[in-house]
Amino acid sequence: MADVNRGNRPLSPHISIYRPQLTSMTSILTRITGNALLITALLIVWWFLAAATSPDAFATANGVLTSWFGDLVMVLSLLGIWYHTLAGIRHLIWDTGSMLEIGKAEMLGWICLVGSVVLTVLTIIIV
Amino acid sequence: MRYLTDRKLAEGLGSAKSGVKHHWSMILSSVALLGLIPLFIFTFGPILGAPHAEVVAYFGRPFPAIVAALTLIVGFRHFAGGCQVMIEDYVHGLARKVTILLVYCLSYAAMAVGVFAIARLAL
Repeated sequence: MADVNRGNRPLSPHISIYRPQLTSMTSILTRITGNALLITALLIVWWFLAAATSPDAFATANGVLTSWFGDLVMVLSLLGIWYHTLAGIRHLIWDTGSMLEIGKAEMLGWICLVGSVVLTVLTIIIV
Repeated sequence: MRYLTDRKLAEGLGSAKSGVKHHWSMILSSVALLGLIPLFIFTFGPILGAPHAEVVAYFGRPFPAIVAALTLIVGFRHFAGGCQVMIEDYVHGLARKVTILLVYCLSYAAMAVGVFAIARLAL
């Protein structure tokens, strides 16, 4: 069987051996933002539950979400969700088989990074 | 002589299993969220920080309430699916199964609480 050497064979290089690249960094950032947004989602669910419960409960939840710390969390959440949205569009484009060349993929990475900041600033101005 | 076709012998032995279905469900929810997230940001954003009575009246209107409920439903499904992929990458063995189970429990619980609260505000 071809399996005799199992466990003692050369492995292909893994993450630690590669120099950080724009494509890999923007990819891991998609995962980090997506999972970190759980905190925002739970805070918003808490806010809705408090609003549906009583004015007192609402005052507590609303107080936390609109405190300076709440504002900080919400601004970071905006940055995260706009980034994740743009990165998601990038994945939908890649799924069609286009823009996969290194140059174009890196350009999409820059669009995600810069675009998320621009959209966050625009959202803060509009809302 | 075996009465099994070659295909029958090979089926289920690959590594992908239900991976295609999972990927497709993530694509579906991501496209739905592409519309829902901007709608939610610009309906929820302006009312955050308003007094209680105003918030109750605001979510008594159909549009903000339906957008918020849909965003929570699709959003938490999308989160559970994405978080599952992350767990499958970094956690192994029994811990993997338990973590995925907990993530799905948390996602559906939060989704249910959110939709219940919005329904109560809206009705």
